[in-house]
Amino acid sequence: MDIQRGKVTAIMGPSGTGKTTLLKLIGGQLRPTAGTVEVDGQNIHQLRHKELYQLRKKMGMLFQSGALLTDISVFDNVAFPLREHTQLPESMIRHLVLMKLHAVGLRGARDLMPSELSGGMARRVALARAIALDPMMIMYDEPFTGQDPISMGVLVQLIRLLNDALGLSSIVVSHDVKETCAIADYVYLVSAGKVIEHGSPEQLALSDSEWSQQFMQGMADGPVPFHYEAKEYAKDLLGLEA
Amino acid sequence: MLDYFQRLGASSLGMFERLGRGSLFFVNVLLSIPSVIIRPRLLISQIHSVGVLSFALIVISGLFVGMVLALQGFYTLSDFGAEGMLGVMVSASLIRELGPVVAALLFAGRAGSALTAEIGLMKATEQLSGMEMMAVDPVARIMAPRFLAGLISMPILATIFSAVGILGGYFIGVGLLGIDEGGYWSQMQAKIDFDQDVINGLIKSVVFGWVVTWIAIFEGYDAIPTSEGVSRATTRTVVHSAFAILLLDFILTALMFGDI
Repeated sequence: MDIQRGKVTAIMGPSGTGKTTLLKLIGGQLRPTAGTVEVDGQNIHQLRHKELYQLRKKMGMLFQSGALLTDISVFDNVAFPLREHTQLPESMIRHLVLMKLHAVGLRGARDLMPSELSGGMARRVALARAIALDPMMIMYDEPFTGQDPISMGVLVQLIRLLNDALGLSSIVVSHDVKETCAIADYVYLVSAGKVIEHGSPEQLALSDSEWSQQFMQGMADGPVPFHYEAKEYAKDLLGLEA
Repeated sequence: MLDYFQRLGASSLGMFERLGRGSLFFVNVLLSIPSVIIRPRLLISQIHSVGVLSFALIVISGLFVGMVLALQGFYTLSDFGAEGMLGVMVSASLIRELGPVVAALLFAGRAGSALTAEIGLMKATEQLSGMEMMAVDPVARIMAPRFLAGLISMPILATIFSAVGILGGYFIGVGLLGIDEGGYWSQMQAKIDFDQDVINGLIKSVVFGWVVTWIAIFEGYDAIPTSEGVSRATTRTVVHSAFAILLLDFILTALMFGDI
């Protein structure tokens, strides 16, 4: 799998197929049992603790839950990485935080606590926090799950806009086909821990692979069966052994 | 029968594996302590949440334990005509044993469980993972300040517990039962040894502070990130802490005051 600089790369596949695990491997939070992961030319699992943390300063990650620190305000959440990693004066941090919050449309929510935010707002704040240190790449873990249509539209637009405006490389892990294909430059389809197919969204839409068609069209039955493996229905109802 | 031994073996291995992970975690926390010292604000806010917020519980409990000790002690000592020794009995019991032990048990219930629940929930809501991905080490930023705060707060709370308990004994002994006030204090002053009693009591409370906070933060960090997992981890913190306190108290008492 090759993630290109400056592009939005989507990794799609059914739930439980290892998409989030893949992001954790890229971020160095998990160790692979086989193979290697290179980020910016460095084998991430051979780095020392300090080197890994240095590299992570160039990465942003948007968690499914937002992962905001619940005991501090929106402003302090976005300021958190700046205060931890820079010696900038508070006035400069204020400017930077307001700029990042403005970029996600939540400058006015700076004094709210995370518990006062809707799911979509929490993800946008998390996005502002993820870009606080101007990273080279951002990983999005299921950014559209559980969002209402407006929040989803906002997030879709933001991911593409921020990627192009800030010159980022984005990796979007999702199973929302329509939204993800609308912004992705390149798509990897994964299932059971393996890459099944890859290409641009247009190429995948025309793919003749049954599995790809089932996933892209959202069909209930196909190579991934509707029914979980079970003994024959009639025998099961009659209580007979298979 | 073979199944039983298999299960016993597996659970023993699991226990040693957890102990190993807990020890490695503790070493990481220790290595992160210098980063806390250069950022005292983190430490102060944790001392507030771990220590200051336990203050009321410690004071009220200490007062009642001292009062009960004085009542019970008075009736036993009066059988031997030794009521004058009430101050010594109350203070020695509190400074040597009850102060460190009961304060630590209360500390485990109040602050230890809160620490585990807080850290466990941070894990369940991906806040710890989020920190890691922001290149902020959660062991240095979250665990180390809490550990140090527990280590500092525990001896102070145990001292307050003993002091308030002695005052509670005074109110009952002198105020209610009519023991001589001068005798209550002077006997205490004469019989309580600073090195043997006070310092040893303090050493105990430091050890209890270490073990309770270690267990609490490790259980939170190691919790299964679900509501049930956090709930189990919180329970384990209180139960394991209580066992550890009582076991260590026996060992320390034997070393400090015994002839073995």
